[in-house]
Amino acid sequence: MTAIDLAIELGSALTSNKVRTGLTVLGIVIGIGSVIAMVSIGQGGAKSIESSIQGLGSNLLTVSPGALSNARGGVSTGRGMAPLSIDDASAIAGIAGVAAVSPELNRRFQMTSSLGNNTNSNVIGVESGYLTARSLAIDAGTFITSQHNAAFSRVAVLGPTTVKDLFGDADPIGKTIRINRMDFRVIGTTVAKGSSGFFNPDDTAFVPLETMQRILVGADVVSTIAVSVADKTQMADVKAQVTELLASRHRVDPAAPDFSIFSQEDVLGTLNQVTNTFTMFLGSVAGISLVVGGIGIMNMMLMTITERTREIGLRRAIGAKQWQISLQFLAESVALTLLGGILGILLGWLLSLLVTTFAGINTSVTASSVVLGVGMSSSIGIIFGFYPARRAGKLHPIDALRYE
Amino acid sequence: MIDCQSIRKIYASQAGPTEALKGITFSIGTGEFVAIMGQSGSGKSTLMHILGCLDVATSGTYTLDGQDVTEMNENELAQIRSTRIGFVFQAFYLLPRATVLRNVMLPLMYAGVPRQQREPRARAALEKAALPEKFYNYSPNQISGGMMQRVAIARALANDPVMILADEPTGNLDSKTGQMVLETFQSLHRQHGRTIVLITHESDVAAYAARIVRLKDGEIIEDRKTI
Repeated sequence: MTAIDLAIELGSALTSNKVRTGLTVLGIVIGIGSVIAMVSIGQGGAKSIESSIQGLGSNLLTVSPGALSNARGGVSTGRGMAPLSIDDASAIAGIAGVAAVSPELNRRFQMTSSLGNNTNSNVIGVESGYLTARSLAIDAGTFITSQHNAAFSRVAVLGPTTVKDLFGDADPIGKTIRINRMDFRVIGTTVAKGSSGFFNPDDTAFVPLETMQRILVGADVVSTIAVSVADKTQMADVKAQVTELLASRHRVDPAAPDFSIFSQEDVLGTLNQVTNTFTMFLGSVAGISLVVGGIGIMNMMLMTITERTREIGLRRAIGAKQWQISLQFLAESVALTLLGGILGILLGWLLSLLVTTFAGINTSVTASSVVLGVGMSSSIGIIFGFYPARRAGKLHPIDALRYE
Repeated sequence: MIDCQSIRKIYASQAGPTEALKGITFSIGTGEFVAIMGQSGSGKSTLMHILGCLDVATSGTYTLDGQDVTEMNENELAQIRSTRIGFVFQAFYLLPRATVLRNVMLPLMYAGVPRQQREPRARAALEKAALPEKFYNYSPNQISGGMMQRVAIARALANDPVMILADEPTGNLDSKTGQMVLETFQSLHRQHGRTIVLITHESDVAAYAARIVRLKDGEIIEDRKTI
């Protein structure tokens, strides 16, 4: 019995009951398809978060008000805690190894252009250090300067998404926009950073920090201080110094600060943990459907064997050995699941394309998930086909021939 | 060629052990056409299973073509069946999914005959079984019972076995086609010198054989030549 013989036997067995074969394969197709789609959504999410975080600038420490609640990675902004101020930022700038400091105040506002378009976007009050700290570049015009801050100028620099929302294809520089019903003159635009995820730096407007505090928000606070460290190896050292400095300025114990400092690695690590858990969760839900599909395979194989008992008896009578019978049925179940696996990968790929197109969630079908799909489907075939195949091989020829 | 010495077969059942064969001793020479006759319960089916290496005796020795098969395991028995024995069953047992030709080629596959030799050998066997060539690519469902049994005979002949074992080969056929099938056996015996063992309960079927062995209650009660 050669491989070709096996293939011919397989073909005639699987095509003899096409509806049943099709339905059984469908179970595996759905199982593998959902595993591929779910894992691709999880991996795509992880990838886009990672790239957006790396796009925010490396060597970056982010200081936020409120303490990190221990071990769980959440930030609690408890009442009565001292907010951060511009003075805190200036003090941090004095620490050795700090390349740039950017105090920022962040709020969402309704914006209207002179063309009548409007958008609800993130408005960030910044100082000139923002560009260096956040590694952002100017596309046209100029950025916010210290003169603008000193004079509480009503000027704005727009991110590319905001430009598009407000002005379409028209040149925004020199035009006036209204932020929270106050006029601002557009003096520049930034280049697209193109990162997506939970924060889109392109969908923003930058205004002088002082203007933001006095005119738009009416509070003398900053929401974050971005600290750019000159050398990556100094990250831990600078973080410790910033902690000590701010703790003494706020008169709190450095071991229990009323602020928190994240490095990009911290954020990345936490988010990776979250996306991994998410991917695993999605994958295991899909995995359950795969197991159900596998049970379907086993059920069909047992049914097939019962139906073909006399055929098995005949094959044994005319000289088939036990392993040849087992191999034939095992090959049938593996062929079913493999076929299901291949179709499932196509389905999963199609699903993730649909998700990307219609839900706007990034997905990525990687080679590893294809290998996973094929590997899983063939092992499902072997695992769930093994018992029926063994049972077929063990049938006694006389009993099998007599089976009614 | 076939030699049975004090073959006993005991089945364990819930009612206690049942002795189906109580010491059968006989032999069949090359080229003989023997009918084993008996009513149901006589032990003829049990004897057929043992002769066909589908089952082993509880005690006694069975030598087939010089080989003692008494102590063989499942896979060794399968090997013997594959090369030495050709079966013809009452219910034909043809694979409905395969063509006539592929049905005849099936035992050749299990015997490990190279692919390119299978079809010529199958065609030769079908010719000996007197099946018209136009049926070779038919499905077994498309041909009559008599034709189906001829396909089964060809399948039994394909491996050039030392013995053809036919278990009630006319049981599912009307008397006319049954007669034709029996004539096919007769010509295989007379013209090709095949060793044929026919198991039946009908004396007019047994009458086609050259020797009749009659069983009753697990014992041989008669062994005679018809001519």
